[in-house]
Amino acid sequence: MENLLRVNRLSTHFHTDEGTVKAVDDISFRVGKGETVCIVGESGCGKSITAMSIMGLIQAQGASGVTGGTIEFGGEDLLKLGKNELRTLRGSEISMIFQEPMSSLNPVMTIGEQLTEPLRIHRKLNRKAAAKRAVELIAQVGISRPEQIMDSYPHELSGGMLQRIMIAIAISCGPKLLIADEPTTALDVTIQAQILDMLRRFKDESEMSIMLITHDLGVVAEMADYVIVMYAGKIVEEGEVEVLFDDPKHPYTRGLLRSKPVLGQLQDELYSIPGQVPDPLELTESCYFHDRCEFCMDICRVKGPPLRGVGERQKTACWLYEEANVHA
Amino acid sequence: MGAYLSKRLSYIMIILAAASLMIFCLYAMTPGDFISSNIKLSAERKAELREIYGLNRPVLERYWTWLTHALRGDLGYSLAQQRPVLALFNTYIWNSFLLAVVSTFFTWVIAVIVGVVAAYRQYSWFDTLVMIVIFGAMSIPSFFIGLFLIKIFAVDLHLLPPGGITTTGSNAVGWAHVQEVIKHMTLPVAVMTLLGTGSLTRYFRSNMIDVIRQDYIRTARAKGVKESKVLFGHALRNAMLPAITLVGFELPALFGGSLIIEKIFNWPGIGQLYIQSFGQRDYPLLMGFTMLIAILTVIGTLLSDVLYRIADPRVKL
Amino acid sequence: MSSVSGAAAPGRGAKTAVKSSMWRQSVRLLLKNKLAIAGLVIVVLMFLACFIGPMFSPYADNKTNMRIMNRAPNLQHWLGTDKLGRDVLTRVLLAGRISLTVGLASMVLSVTLGTLLGALSGFFRGVVDQVIMRVADLLLTIPSLPLLFIFGALLSDWKVPPENRMYIVMLILSLVNWPSMARMIRGQMLSLREREFMQATTVLGLNNKRKLFHHLLPNLIPLIIVIATLNIGGAILSESVLSFFGLGVTAPTPTWGNMIDAANNLIDFQERPWLWMPPGLSIFITVIAINIFGDGLRDVLDPKQKR
Repeated sequence: MENLLRVNRLSTHFHTDEGTVKAVDDISFRVGKGETVCIVGESGCGKSITAMSIMGLIQAQGASGVTGGTIEFGGEDLLKLGKNELRTLRGSEISMIFQEPMSSLNPVMTIGEQLTEPLRIHRKLNRKAAAKRAVELIAQVGISRPEQIMDSYPHELSGGMLQRIMIAIAISCGPKLLIADEPTTALDVTIQAQILDMLRRFKDESEMSIMLITHDLGVVAEMADYVIVMYAGKIVEEGEVEVLFDDPKHPYTRGLLRSKPVLGQLQDELYSIPGQVPDPLELTESCYFHDRCEFCMDICRVKGPPLRGVGERQKTACWLYEEANVHA
Repeated sequence: MGAYLSKRLSYIMIILAAASLMIFCLYAMTPGDFISSNIKLSAERKAELREIYGLNRPVLERYWTWLTHALRGDLGYSLAQQRPVLALFNTYIWNSFLLAVVSTFFTWVIAVIVGVVAAYRQYSWFDTLVMIVIFGAMSIPSFFIGLFLIKIFAVDLHLLPPGGITTTGSNAVGWAHVQEVIKHMTLPVAVMTLLGTGSLTRYFRSNMIDVIRQDYIRTARAKGVKESKVLFGHALRNAMLPAITLVGFELPALFGGSLIIEKIFNWPGIGQLYIQSFGQRDYPLLMGFTMLIAILTVIGTLLSDVLYRIADPRVKL
Repeated sequence: MSSVSGAAAPGRGAKTAVKSSMWRQSVRLLLKNKLAIAGLVIVVLMFLACFIGPMFSPYADNKTNMRIMNRAPNLQHWLGTDKLGRDVLTRVLLAGRISLTVGLASMVLSVTLGTLLGALSGFFRGVVDQVIMRVADLLLTIPSLPLLFIFGALLSDWKVPPENRMYIVMLILSLVNWPSMARMIRGQMLSLREREFMQATTVLGLNNKRKLFHHLLPNLIPLIIVIATLNIGGAILSESVLSFFGLGVTAPTPTWGNMIDAANNLIDFQERPWLWMPPGLSIFITVIAINIFGDGLRDVLDPKQKR
């Protein structure tokens, strides 16, 4: 599959009074054309920061921000683009939807104003043409009476409707890549399914790629072609969705899958991974998962494992699968 | 909305009635009256005049007379100027309004632009500088900065006139008159703008800092909106919303004149008129002025609330 | 659908809820704010200069000396002399004693009054609230400058001896200032009442006095400290306006405000700026320092309002 996005050794660090937070620490991955890649992990693992880094929306203040790596999109390194060049990509080639539809739309602007804006900026449509296109878009995301919605304010719509509007805004200029950051987390379960269906439909119609960020394994199973598991700013495991669900290698991934309840299967108690995510300020040279890992070995406490291929379609970062190192 | 308004209005009426009684009594308590300060009059003539003006009646009776007249739109006669109080207000208030409206305009323009930029560059050297200037502007005694600027620009440099609205004895008309007034306005407007800009800039800066952190600003950026438009288009609209309440609070300042500034710059406005009348104990005028400000204050507060309800689509009427 | 489990919040070790550590932490944060500390240093220096400075002045007796009247600043008299031959620098410092005292004392009065009335109003609600708040509304409706003028004129009528006028001025200023303070405290009180920990005190059956003084007021102390600090500056400014118009503290007691009154004399204003500029600059420097320090305090003590 042809690459659309190639992230290579990306690091995003924040310098605070108490120390440096390595929110994203040397990660590499790719998204193919028309592919759906899911990034999974607990909150604070760096998955949203990865997305914001790609969008160029990390406010570089002093030494904070993206500190290394490349982000190639369609063969160009986004990190080398000027502010304005990057801005013209945002909303047209790459667009994004967020977790909280309620707060992601400006409360004092009408839906129409907010929806026509990217059309007018990127497609250079005039007011009338943009409004006409906007009405079509609202109908496309399955909201009835689109003309009326154009003049509504966000507070007059429900969360599910607002997320549809966010999707309409995101697809308005026919993006090649859609980044969806927890798009269904804040919504009711029935609405979640509708939103996911809609995303899949648009993807199939337009050959758009989706980078879906979620902590919800149900969403992953339903949407992903390829899965990336992040933990404390690093990728701990990745692979094609069937392989990863069938045969997870990393103890963290296994834990995640074990804590997922399975329909029709009686469980005495829901499994949960013991312990807590490490404080990002207190990370030391080690496997960051070692203190929660049931297979923890000596080496895990002193050295972080590299991400290596295990089998054809899967990679993992765990000393368990590095025979040579274990005995060294 | 109707029920809300009528409830508010009736409360305003009660508060104004209570305030007028209190103000009237306070003025009645202030020592001396208009007649006793006039040394040319004989004791008999003074008693006679007091009788005519009703100054020897009990306070409550005088208040009742004042109130019944005031409710009919008659604020009485100025004793010192021998003209109806309302006519005097009409002469002087527009001079005050001229100063206030020009300085308010400059204050808002400067405060919005500086506030937005300072918020965008929070903690930068520009922001720090702005904060220091803001504190400076909030800490200057108005009469002192007025005197200071007169000393420098009028007395020492002879660049601008020291006070008044026109040059004494000038008969300029048309454009020449306008130019003359502008020259005379420059210093008082500068001082009023400086004094007002401090807190308003701070207000916009802090509102903008809150707004910039919101999710919808991130959405605007993700749509590829230009940064300048993100700030002045999207964010400012949200930051301006609470500022709408300030419009009402400007009301007394717009029409009530500025006692201190008008006194320092000898500007023939309503504030200056008040200070002059205070020395003369010209009660009808003092009473009329104080009630005017009180009325403007309560109406301003009501206006603020109503405007906010209209402007914010989230607040249901 | 399922979710990744496990606590999301990184535990940073349980915070000890010891009171002293909270204050110590505030002090540590405050020390980091260089601007605020600069403000504090200036305020302290100003107080020291005004209260101790005159003791080292050879002109502290405030004697008039007609032979050296209206001298420009020179080596003997750093800020010159006034029309009675008194040393201006010494007088500025002596005036500072009065202005600072009035500012401080009227702040204490209005904050005490405002806090007490606001707290009663917000705590008991009902009739108490109605009465207090209506009076506050009334006082806020009447414009403050005319109110100050009237009180100032009454002062003259009561034949208050000049040396006692400053106490009355303090009272007047706090009378005008308490309503806005009371409103703020009441608002905070009402929102605190609705919080869970207050409902818990009701469940525990604590009595009103204990609730008010042990649970509600301590929560308001940071806010009160911040407002009190900023109020000093405002009170100094108000006093100067009043005294400038001859309605506050009057001669021979010097205050910064009535010293600037010299500028009302045309010749003094045009030819002898050393008479009125130093007190004006003193007000400016003191108030700006207080405001900057107060703002730094607000950042530390009342982070919700961080602006």
